[in-house]
Amino acid sequence: MAQLSAVDRAEHWRRTRNLMIGHLVVWFIFSFGVHMFADQLYYVNFFGWPLSYYLAAQGSLIVFVVQLFLFNRQQNAIDVQFGVDEASHAIK
Amino acid sequence: MKMQWEGESFMQNLPKLYGLYTGGFLAFFALMAVLEQLGLPANVIGILFVMFTIGIYAFIGILSRTMAVEAYYVAGRSVPPVFNGMATAADWMSGASFVAMAGGVFMAGYSYMAFIVGWTGGYILVATLMAPYLRKFGCYTVPDFIGTRYGGKMTRFAAVVVLVVASFTYVTAQITATGTIAARALLIPFEVGVWFGLAGILVCSMLGGMRAVTWTQVAQYIVLIVAYLIPLVWMSVVQGFGPIPQFTYGPAVERIMELEPILGVGTPPLEAVPGLSALTALHADPAAGIMAAWQFVTLVACMMIGTASLPHILMRYFTTPTVRDARNSVAWSLFFIFLLYFSAPALATFSKLSMIDPTLPTAIIGQPIEAVMALSWIQNWSEIGLLRVIDQNGDGILQINEFFLNPDIIVLATPEMAGLPYVISGLVAAGGMAAAMSTADGLLLAMANALSHDLYYKIIDPKAETRKRLLTSRILLLGIGAAGALVASMQLTGILGAVAWAFCFAMSGLFFPLVLGVWWKRANRQGALAGMVVGLFVGWWYLLAVRNPDAWYGIAAPWLGLNDLRFGIVGITASLVAMVAVTYMFPAPDQETQDMIDELRIPSGKTIIGATS
Repeated sequence: MAQLSAVDRAEHWRRTRNLMIGHLVVWFIFSFGVHMFADQLYYVNFFGWPLSYYLAAQGSLIVFVVQLFLFNRQQNAIDVQFGVDEASHAIK
Repeated sequence: MKMQWEGESFMQNLPKLYGLYTGGFLAFFALMAVLEQLGLPANVIGILFVMFTIGIYAFIGILSRTMAVEAYYVAGRSVPPVFNGMATAADWMSGASFVAMAGGVFMAGYSYMAFIVGWTGGYILVATLMAPYLRKFGCYTVPDFIGTRYGGKMTRFAAVVVLVVASFTYVTAQITATGTIAARALLIPFEVGVWFGLAGILVCSMLGGMRAVTWTQVAQYIVLIVAYLIPLVWMSVVQGFGPIPQFTYGPAVERIMELEPILGVGTPPLEAVPGLSALTALHADPAAGIMAAWQFVTLVACMMIGTASLPHILMRYFTTPTVRDARNSVAWSLFFIFLLYFSAPALATFSKLSMIDPTLPTAIIGQPIEAVMALSWIQNWSEIGLLRVIDQNGDGILQINEFFLNPDIIVLATPEMAGLPYVISGLVAAGGMAAAMSTADGLLLAMANALSHDLYYKIIDPKAETRKRLLTSRILLLGIGAAGALVASMQLTGILGAVAWAFCFAMSGLFFPLVLGVWWKRANRQGALAGMVVGLFVGWWYLLAVRNPDAWYGIAAPWLGLNDLRFGIVGITASLVAMVAVTYMFPAPDQETQDMIDELRIPSGKTIIGATS
């Protein structure tokens, strides 16, 4: 939008980018990090599941889902702060 | 009656409409259950299930037909996030997810769960790197973004080529799946089933384009998730794990691990049976060593990056009203996909336990072979060659390595194995059909739209009128669909192999040109073109080289254990190197393009491409 100054524009993008990087770090840990150690985690019993099995079958997935809803809140907060947010069309 | 397909009142009515639809579907299910008790034969139930659901999809497809460009290409950009989430989930979960995933976990154990992690985590990339920005751009197709961001007809054309290669590979697998299920449920030959499935697919997408596909996909999601969860919950209750098995099946995994050494899981069969396999992999044990872990994470990486590059998924996020809605709908997509994926290993676990636990009445392993062979589900699946029981050591008892099956039948056969009434099998067949049809619809539309909008309208004949463009798209749909069915009826590869290849093609050619188009202002036309061409070419060569080690272009052994399911890793590396190197050889994009990227990065304001172009 025209009324956004160049400084604000740069700051908005800097914070958007940092948010993206933060989430990709978490994503990386639960996509690759933990599964590299499946061999060791196998011997940890997690309510009946071997922990390696649980993480691949559910644990990582739950992290991803929660993470994405959180990401949306955070990104929207950034957008609101810089006055570039939009209406939501969630079902009321 | 004139149906209103856009605007506030339509959106507010959606929950009611789909609530009614879900109720109607459950009522139909109940009616079938009653009729079965009254003696309606199993075959008739299967046929009714498949015909009834396809009939509904066709009805929605015909009702939402359109001749308006905005509605045909992007559903009028009026799909609320939750519904777009369901539509994307159906678009996403293919025959491979619905039919093959639990079977894969059943047969291959832990190592197969790389698909589960990969096919969910990819959405983090979609949400953080792509979907909101592509929505802001306001494009109709993925090549539309590439062509406008970088400029030039060659870049647009290259994007169309990558899209068609990846999507066509994928769509043959889906048509194969619809053919298999139609053949089993309607009792017709596979070759006929393929064409029957195609007819069902085309009815949904031909008339109404994206708008019709969107609203049928929502309907298909509801059918497929109900069909996946009902048998799972039923089995769980029967085996004593309660009504929400996903959180309580840990002890079932433990029990399998306890039984495995007793039954001798891991002993190879005395004699292999071509086309079928015996259970030899342990259920939960990850293979030891760094190589196994590496193979796991590379497969995860291919599936994730492929997710973020597949045009039929990305284009779903063009249909939301705002950029914020696009982000929200990615989260909802992942949630709806998660519901099925975190259930799949539970289904595999219960299904295996019901077969091997001697304390359950459904156990077959360790039972007299005569008794097992007399079971009707063993006979039914043996008849069509997807299962075999052979007493190879001649002791009259069925051992675990004497039971051979095609892993793809696990989901379809589980209700019968677990002794559930046939109405559940009919439901599962309808669910599998919904999964394969919805994905095929999305893929066919992605290809037809790219060819009609980008190749025909933007490159060949920029003056073509709307009517002619939409007509072209429909003719192309027919043509591509027929070609896909033809290839599918030749049965060249398995469902899973074709799916993994499609992901690798998409990531090799499209991932970096898309991501860097948003995140790297310096990226220019020459770089993007090099990224697409080199990525696709190197990836394709590596696929052929690994599969034909003796050919002149072949390589003796895969690099770092990257086999044909993982060729995307090689392709995408080449793509990145080529794109960065070539970008630096040529000047940065002009000021106009740089301003466009600035505009792209903030959610509010007008789309980059005008609404009527």
